[in-house]
Amino acid sequence: MPPEAMASPNAGGFLVLALALPVAGILLVFLAGGRYGRGITLALLVAGVGIASVIAGGVWRTGDTVTYLAGGWAPPLGIKLRADGLSAAMILVTSVVTLAAGLYAPHEFRVPPGKPETRASLSFWVLLLSVWAAMNAVFLGNDLFNLYVALELLTFAGVPLVCLSGTPLTLTAALRYLLFALLGSALYLLGAVLLYGSYGTLDIGLLAAQIRPEPALWLAIALMTAGLAAKTALFPVHIWLPPAHSGAPPAASALLSALVVKGSFFLIVRLWFDVAPRMTGAIAGQILGAMGAGAIVFGGVVALRQARLKLLIAYSTVAQIGYLFLMFPLAAEPNALAGGMFQAISHAFAKAAMFMAAGLMAGVLGHDRIADLSGIGRALPITVFAFGLAALSLVGVPPSGGFFTKCLLLSASFTAGQWWWAAVILIGGLLAGGYMFRALMPALTDPEIPLTLPAPVSRVREIVVLALAVCAFLVGMFPQKPIELLQIGRVHLPEVAPP
Amino acid sequence: MSIATIFGICAACLVGLGLYGLIAQPQPLRKILAFNILGGGIFLLFGAVARRGAAAGMGGDPVPQALVITGIVVAFSATALGVAILLRLFEETGGTSLRDTPKESQSEETNS
Amino acid sequence: MNVELVFSLGLALLILAVAGFVIVARGSFAAIVGFVAFGLMLSLAWMGLSAPDVALTESALGGGVTGALLLGACARLRRASDVEETLGLVGRGAALVLCLGVTTGLVGVVLCLPDPAPTLAPVAKQSLASTGLGNAVTATLMVYRALDTMLEKVVLLLALVAVWSLAPDRFWGGRPVFGSRQEKGGPLSFLARVLIPIGILVGIYLFWVGADAPGGAFAGGAIIAAMGILGFFAGVSAVPAVSAFRLRVALAAGVAVFLGVGLAGLAAGTGFLTYPENFAKPVIVLIEVAMTLSIGVTLALLVVGPPGESFGP
Repeated sequence: MPPEAMASPNAGGFLVLALALPVAGILLVFLAGGRYGRGITLALLVAGVGIASVIAGGVWRTGDTVTYLAGGWAPPLGIKLRADGLSAAMILVTSVVTLAAGLYAPHEFRVPPGKPETRASLSFWVLLLSVWAAMNAVFLGNDLFNLYVALELLTFAGVPLVCLSGTPLTLTAALRYLLFALLGSALYLLGAVLLYGSYGTLDIGLLAAQIRPEPALWLAIALMTAGLAAKTALFPVHIWLPPAHSGAPPAASALLSALVVKGSFFLIVRLWFDVAPRMTGAIAGQILGAMGAGAIVFGGVVALRQARLKLLIAYSTVAQIGYLFLMFPLAAEPNALAGGMFQAISHAFAKAAMFMAAGLMAGVLGHDRIADLSGIGRALPITVFAFGLAALSLVGVPPSGGFFTKCLLLSASFTAGQWWWAAVILIGGLLAGGYMFRALMPALTDPEIPLTLPAPVSRVREIVVLALAVCAFLVGMFPQKPIELLQIGRVHLPEVAPP
Repeated sequence: MSIATIFGICAACLVGLGLYGLIAQPQPLRKILAFNILGGGIFLLFGAVARRGAAAGMGGDPVPQALVITGIVVAFSATALGVAILLRLFEETGGTSLRDTPKESQSEETNS
Repeated sequence: MNVELVFSLGLALLILAVAGFVIVARGSFAAIVGFVAFGLMLSLAWMGLSAPDVALTESALGGGVTGALLLGACARLRRASDVEETLGLVGRGAALVLCLGVTTGLVGVVLCLPDPAPTLAPVAKQSLASTGLGNAVTATLMVYRALDTMLEKVVLLLALVAVWSLAPDRFWGGRPVFGSRQEKGGPLSFLARVLIPIGILVGIYLFWVGADAPGGAFAGGAIIAAMGILGFFAGVSAVPAVSAFRLRVALAAGVAVFLGVGLAGLAAGTGFLTYPENFAKPVIVLIEVAMTLSIGVTLALLVVGPPGESFGP
């Protein structure tokens, strides 16, 4: 029968609620119908932000991880849920961004009076709740197979969001995304099988205690990292991302770029920093860093050449994902982990704001051609201002979150003596400045014929976009507490010294 | 050479075959088939691991076997989703190519 | 070299040969038929690996239901235009080298796995008595790793919503189009009427006996799904409409009961997904009933596809 303490005294049960609430939401929306999708989802999301705060508070107050044994069974037989500083931070960010997406979601996901339900209404709200559930499961999971199920949940939620509009272009993009994602999960599972065969457990904590540097471990980590990198669209296996993220409805693009790709990335962090710290080898780290550098440069250059705003933002995502992978060659530096996670957090806010702003602009203009954006600055000032704020964060202008990220990564690369990453970061910043300038300049000019809005744009949607962009800056203006939160649960690294 | 080892090596070859098919086959339906072969290989490998863990009067370690059952169901769902997208794509375009045609990739989207 | 080993070696070679055929065959139809054979032979391999629960699930789901899904797709795609090669000779050569490398690495790891193998079998057996179950695999699915199973039911439901979301807007709420519109009374209809009740009984039996012997909710549900598909295809039963409330209840029941039991445990203070001390087996069976129903209906509807005709008269 189940042994002693099942949960941390403070917030253990809330870990379960973080999973149970979205799942309950899926059931409720499915049964009640698309008409009530918005109401049910928003209510649960507000509660979700509360739960995430409680979890973060619990981790913060005790200075230790919060755990929960599902069913009371301890690993290796059972499954443990675990929230350390990384999890708590990401769960909080996820709940806020998902709430924003829910508030922003446009009227075409509402059900017109007289009809019980539309396809888009049921699908969108169920898929949004599923993304939320899957992200929480990824951040709280401490068992490699539980994480595999969470990854599949994330894929099945993300793929239909891409082709929600049903056009041939989005269907092709969705199918390609699905095939890449399935390949990624398959390789991940293959690695997990090898780990179980060698060590007899899939619990991250137990594995970390038992692993030895041997070929089985290296092959497993290599396969899992390759699969997860494909799901995170790391250059050069990024080709599925731009059409997929640019073709989805704006609220869905925000979720996909801000959150979904971070899920598989988070698992690479778990593998490299929690399962097999210091056993991954310098060369492997340099390879991942090189691919990240390739992403930064390639994504930036291609973004410069885009004619459509949404494609530009999507290629910007490809580039920004590259920064995440710079933490692996610098893994011995505590600043690198903090820098990578900071990038994940501030990029989530900024990119979500950007896609949503682009959606509002395209809704008014009827298109998203950059060359013909003139007049939108005067028509939607709040939106364009928010877009500009988000752009400043991505470029890395102080005091934004993006600026602090770059500081951390730069200091890590100099301390480690690997100055070439610093060069890449600076080049990336220049390129980002270039394509953001290219995108914003037309928006700030005046057209010959003044632009008239076909319909008034909802203030709520504009405020939501602005709030997200401001969050990207808040993270950079008050970084001390988040950095300390991220450090909780790290057993192998010394204290972070902020630059 | 035991039964588990034989099927373990068989599983390794299946993984290689499935992986090759997934990458090299141009038609999406064949890619989905290859993915199923890949999945079958991974599960079979897990089964070989389970067989090696036979103890306590049982023929195999029950935990990997349970995980494989879960995995089979998930793999089927993935196949069903892939087929559904493929059929819809065919209904819309009359073809099943994954390649973007040049004129499509420059067309305007009027999402809002 | 005893008989068992020779048999296994022969089966393994046969499996590889059929898999190779599936990958390189010219026509899709031949490849899919080969795949169904592959699934059945894989079930035999699972029996050889002393995993009867997996063998049952693989033969019902991997061979049968997946085969139905793919054959249906192949038939509808017959008129598709040909797809040109995306990878050149160099690309395919590189892929070949990569896959050979992966296979070699895996074979190496397989041959060097630790001996004695680490295993959870003793721990699982030890705790079996307290669960009231006799089948360790069912205990793992429903007790030790219940959270996995619950999440996986959510994945299944989500896959169905995802498939439904692919319908054109005008068909929403309607029924999927499936089957070849047989007239009633034809031979297929007769076969269906005879076979379906037997199949459903077999499915229920498999689920029921799974508590103590090989079987369980997934194997039973897969067989019920196969019967459902047969019924739809033969025109014996009408495919339910997507917006029908009773259908939604049947689909959601598995997750709902599982989550409900879990939250009840949380509220009672014993913990999420814990079962009452001496009452565990009835609660587990209750969950499994809901699960088998949901799994059967969900799998059948996954094969049938999104709505294709309008709702209403």
